[in-house]
Amino acid sequence: MATSDDDRVNLPATLAETGRIVLRSLAPHLILIAGALLMIYPLIWLFSSSFKSPAEIFSGNGLLPSRIQFDNYVTGWQGTAVSFGRFMTNSLVISVLAVIGNTFACSVVAFAFARLDFPLKKLWFALMMGTIMLPHHATLIPQYMLFFNLGWLNTFLPLVVPKFLAVDAFFIFLMIQFIRGIPRELDEAALVDGASMALIYAKIIFPLMRPALVATAIFTFIWTYEDFLSPLVYLTEISLYTVPQGLRLMMSTTGQGSWGPLLAMSFVSLIPLFVIFLFFQKRLIDGIATSGLKG
Amino acid sequence: MSVAQDAGTKAGRAPPRARRGIGAALSALFGRAGGAEAPTAGRSRLVGYLFLSPWLVGFVCLTAGPIVASMYFSLTDFNLFSKPVFVGFSNYHRLLFEDPRYRTALGVTLTYVFTSVPLKLTFALLVAMLLNRALAGIGVYRAIYYLPSLLGGSVAVAVMWRKIFAYDGVVNDVLLWFGVDGPSWISNPDYALSTIVMLAVWQFGSPAMIFLAGLKQIPRELYDAASIDGAGAWQQFWRVTLPLLTPIILFNLVMQMIGAFQAFTPSFVISNGTGGPDDSTLFYTLYLYEEGFSHFRMGYASAMAWVLVGIIGTATAVTFITSRYWVHYGDQ
Repeated sequence: MATSDDDRVNLPATLAETGRIVLRSLAPHLILIAGALLMIYPLIWLFSSSFKSPAEIFSGNGLLPSRIQFDNYVTGWQGTAVSFGRFMTNSLVISVLAVIGNTFACSVVAFAFARLDFPLKKLWFALMMGTIMLPHHATLIPQYMLFFNLGWLNTFLPLVVPKFLAVDAFFIFLMIQFIRGIPRELDEAALVDGASMALIYAKIIFPLMRPALVATAIFTFIWTYEDFLSPLVYLTEISLYTVPQGLRLMMSTTGQGSWGPLLAMSFVSLIPLFVIFLFFQKRLIDGIATSGLKG
Repeated sequence: MSVAQDAGTKAGRAPPRARRGIGAALSALFGRAGGAEAPTAGRSRLVGYLFLSPWLVGFVCLTAGPIVASMYFSLTDFNLFSKPVFVGFSNYHRLLFEDPRYRTALGVTLTYVFTSVPLKLTFALLVAMLLNRALAGIGVYRAIYYLPSLLGGSVAVAVMWRKIFAYDGVVNDVLLWFGVDGPSWISNPDYALSTIVMLAVWQFGSPAMIFLAGLKQIPRELYDAASIDGAGAWQQFWRVTLPLLTPIILFNLVMQMIGAFQAFTPSFVISNGTGGPDDSTLFYTLYLYEEGFSHFRMGYASAMAWVLVGIIGTATAVTFITSRYWVHYGDQ
């Protein structure tokens, strides 16, 4: 085998042979590029259609708009009763509060499980792990009743307060695993210096957990921002609607003629996700590959 | 930790400096878990439970309590505004034997799970294998193939999908080039579900990234050894790649299956909240939402939720049990 390799290197390659080698190294690229185009074509179509006139969107006259016009964006953003900007603000407020709640609450609880001793710890840990796989629907209706009786319907509280109570147990688990990797010598040294556990959490563990906190923050933001079921259940006043509800409202109230504004606002609603993707793309993909977080 | 700490304490370390400011306030609040004086058991218990308290409150009020409550509601007739009336297992009986729409919803969901998950995983594996080599621009490919997974759960993408598969949408434009007059995919009961399956398959990037990480773990020497033994690319795939990847296939299979059973947004948006045309996209969760939050049949919806938990649990358990026969772990 080794000799035939050497021979090939030494002999002047014939044209056909060169062609074959080039083709072999290009083939995966050709397949991957074709696949990639197919994958992002719907998004490109969405983007370019958002600049077309309503009549042109479905005329089938190619991908590019004949004349770029921003009417769809202006009309869509103004909305009918409530501006689309309102939906964006609502969604961003809820998502940011959810991120704060999840990073803070999950890290505090993970610290308890990873570093502190207390009675029944094993039992609580087992129950916490058990909730990871539990479908949301099993608790949805009683939670709705609870928030209904508390008078929390048509407020952001049902969407935000659970995050401050660390209900997303997966992130607790992720953080426990991460804290276990931080050398105990660090907290022991601080203990010897007389630091309290609260201080050790705040000054040592929390700053060192940055990668796990960032992963939690990114995924919490994306999932909260995209969440459709919970806002649909808890928010019925249009002025409180989130982006997914706003789009759904536009879709059900606009006739066939006004798809332009709907597509334009669909694209606008994806912008925060594109921004996250641009900044954290590597961390996102690594997070999925190593921890199995669903994208 | 505590043993070493106690030993250190007993050995008589110098008492710590007086703490000031926030540190002092916090330690007055929580007590020292270590340091010069050994902590009292009560204090360390208190510290542990203080840190645990957010989750504990959430667990009791938002998980454990609701689980018990929804089990009870599932045995009642209950519309949110009047007191629940105990009716035994009649909700379950109606579900399983008397509700043709429920059976439709179950059928639609099972069809969706058993078509979208295998297709998604097949594409994920194919692309992961194409990406698992020294390629120029691999980062760009990874990013592009992953992007749909990131955006796919959003209503915006479902809206876009609805338009792409409309009668005057892009898909039919392309078909027209080949002389095919495509149907109205979204409003035809024969095709509507398949558009939602395609939307799920489009998001194969996330499992593909997990497969790619797994492929990189397979030692190069195994392939070298296989090719010395005369195994071709095809045989290497069946004899080396696939068996060594089975633990990751199991993981992806279970995660995707659990997710697919709970799919809600695409069917809601693409059917405009109706599950139509002709109930052909009436997903389980959509029917549950309709019964619970449109008709306020909370008891019936609770029963549906528990049957769904049972179905997902059974499907997961069966997958794990059969995995003994098809999953290979490295050390066996």
